[in-house]
Amino acid sequence: MLLAFVLALGIMAALALLLGAVLGWAAIRYKVDEDPLVDKIDAILPQTQCGQCGFPGCKPYATAIAGDEADINRCPPGGEDGIRKLADLLGKEFKPLNAENGEEKPKSLAVVDEAVCIGCTLCVQACPVDAIVGAAKHVHTVVSSECTGCELCVAPCPVDCIDIVPVGETVTSWKWRYPVIPLTPVKVAA
Amino acid sequence: MNARAEVSKVIFPFHGGVHPPEHKDESSQTPIAAMPVPRQLVVPLHQSIGNIAKALVAVGDTVLKGQMIAEADGTVSAAVHAPTSGRVVAVGPTLVPHPSGLPEHCVTIESDGEDRWIERNRFDWRNAEGRIIRDYLRDMGVVGLGGAVFPSHLKIGGARDGLDTLVINAAECEPYITCDDLLMRERAAQVVEGIKIVQHLLQARQVLVGIEDNKPQAAQAMREALKNAAINFPADVVVVPTLYPSGGAKQLIKLLTNIEVPSGVRSTDLGVQCFNVATIYTIYRALEHAEPVISRVVTITGNVQRPGNVDALIGTPIADLLAFAGDKPGSQAYIYGGPMMGFELPGTSLGLSKAGNCIIAKNGALFPEKPVEMPCIRCGKCADACPAELQPMDLYWFGKSKNFGKAQERNLFDCIECGACAYVCPSNIQLVDYFRFSKSEIWAAEKAKKAADQARERHEFRQFREEREKREKAERAAAKAAARTEASGGNVAEAADAERAAKIKAAMERAAAKKVEAAAAQTASDSVTPIDPDAVSVPMGQAAIAPTSNEAPQAVESAAPALDPEKAERIRAAMEKRAAEKAAAEAMSPEEKAAKEAEKKAKIAAAMERAAAKKAGQAAQQQPGE
Repeated sequence: MLLAFVLALGIMAALALLLGAVLGWAAIRYKVDEDPLVDKIDAILPQTQCGQCGFPGCKPYATAIAGDEADINRCPPGGEDGIRKLADLLGKEFKPLNAENGEEKPKSLAVVDEAVCIGCTLCVQACPVDAIVGAAKHVHTVVSSECTGCELCVAPCPVDCIDIVPVGETVTSWKWRYPVIPLTPVKVAA
Repeated sequence: MNARAEVSKVIFPFHGGVHPPEHKDESSQTPIAAMPVPRQLVVPLHQSIGNIAKALVAVGDTVLKGQMIAEADGTVSAAVHAPTSGRVVAVGPTLVPHPSGLPEHCVTIESDGEDRWIERNRFDWRNAEGRIIRDYLRDMGVVGLGGAVFPSHLKIGGARDGLDTLVINAAECEPYITCDDLLMRERAAQVVEGIKIVQHLLQARQVLVGIEDNKPQAAQAMREALKNAAINFPADVVVVPTLYPSGGAKQLIKLLTNIEVPSGVRSTDLGVQCFNVATIYTIYRALEHAEPVISRVVTITGNVQRPGNVDALIGTPIADLLAFAGDKPGSQAYIYGGPMMGFELPGTSLGLSKAGNCIIAKNGALFPEKPVEMPCIRCGKCADACPAELQPMDLYWFGKSKNFGKAQERNLFDCIECGACAYVCPSNIQLVDYFRFSKSEIWAAEKAKKAADQARERHEFRQFREEREKREKAERAAAKAAARTEASGGNVAEAADAERAAKIKAAMERAAAKKVEAAAAQTASDSVTPIDPDAVSVPMGQAAIAPTSNEAPQAVESAAPALDPEKAERIRAAMEKRAAEKAAAEAMSPEEKAAKEAEKKAKIAAAMERAAAKKAGQAAQQQPGE
């Protein structure tokens, strides 16, 4: 009786040690340095790097969301669509965009008024995606294909020569609309 | 005309298809009419799939008929030419035949009425390399005229070991359209010349011309033309049953060759290439007559007085075409293309494009208002009708719920938007509208994803660069600091010490010599013993300061003792001063450093202030001018 008890105890202890060792080894061997959730969230964020969410870029915001330190409704460029995707990913409830962070705007581009630009390079330094080219005392210009329309270059400009211009729709960017059935008004006798 | 051509014995039916009322007889009874040159032409520059052509002309330029007014931009693009001679009156965004109703770049030409050709040289294509021929076709603006306007030069060459079958698409399956029918009836010989050229360029082993059985005259004309032309390859006209969409490239290839082109595979990889018959004609005109694509045959039908086919210049305003055919009142809209795949034109001021094979004036009698869309009843009729063997009801469901990923999984992009599903739908659901919506949403999302990835990459690189710059700056500063500490307490100091020690030793020796000398002088004066020059000169010679004294010890004998103490005195003073300086520097070093840095900072601040003042001045100067 006692023997059986000791044996069982011994087996359990051995098993516990073995499994513990395996788990310990796995924890070291298969260590995940970065939270994969951060990348998934980062993939949904629009990468404008505008900082409207209160974080210095999309990745920090993604990290904050993953750490449950920030709400999912702080990204105006991502818009409602982005919030919906984040809510889906994280299994959270959809909530409307936080007005404190700004409002959803149509896709825009920064345009430098080259007649006014004094070549101070402040906007070049402000651009998070290096989309503005120019050297000191030379006119700067925005590489429109790289511009995310984050507006970060507007504030530093000492002569206010940067305008944010909505891109608008062209034949190539035009999209077929969601089909709607037109309602025909019916006259109702008064 | 109810006569039907006999359907060829060997055909391989494709899945699905529908047979809507043909409405071809209205426009196929009269020969192709030549449209007079209109007063003004609006030539769109985006007349092919891919990049918009780059304008080569400016407002005020005079152009000649056939002159290139816009060049191809990149590989997937085609040139655009002036359809007649005249003057460019506008270059810029103008309404174009596109469902969006948005303006796009056009060149507006006011014709001078002379219709004067630019000088043309026949291109010797038989002795030209494939690459040269492709470039030539691109510069002649040859694109697929079946409706997709795919640049033809991209379809020629590529098959290195030749092609099994060249399929000529003359099915013209959409109702109302008869432009290819008339083209074959009237210009069969030239079409066959074109077939010969393309067969030669592609090294095709056989040519099959697919024509629907509702065009017996065209089939007959093509058969005769093939017989009359001296051709050295097997070529045949295959008459296929009238069943929409037999003119779809994949459908026609299946019909004629029994080859099913799988999803994501090009027919070329299976040894088959498909060309529209009108494209073949323009290839012939380009290579044999050096004529760029500046006109096309277009069907004008529906609610017009004289429905028929017109040979019209590209850029002819739709209003002019309608006036030519006699526009009747009561048209609600004008359809560009066929009734199945076409779209309503956003206006009639816009110019005809290369894709424009048909214009239908739409009225209530011909196109009764569509009944209200009802819910899907899952009858599956659309799946039976789908020539691409898709499940349209599923795609509709996913499109409607914006579940685009699922739609893509079910091969949404194999949908050719033929409209057969919507045609058979008992609930009158406009399925194609949902498919188009889904497709453009997916494309837009992909584009946005690409842009986001690019932005992320650039942002990450910027961060990396900033880090690197910071690190490099720190390294530079560290290196500088290290150099400074070395200079103050390292090897240099040791060297200085050694030097000093040497000097002290020398000075001490000199002092000793002086003493000896003084003593000797004393003894000499006392005992008047003669001076032993050697006794004096040896210590003097050892003192390295006056090496010349060795050579003539006697000569300098009297001068040396006088010079030496003076020099030693000076050296001692200098050494003392130096030592004091150094001690001071060592004692004051942190304070000195701080002072130096403060001075530097002050200098930088002053420079910055100066720059700011300058900028403000510049801004002040510029702002009033704004």
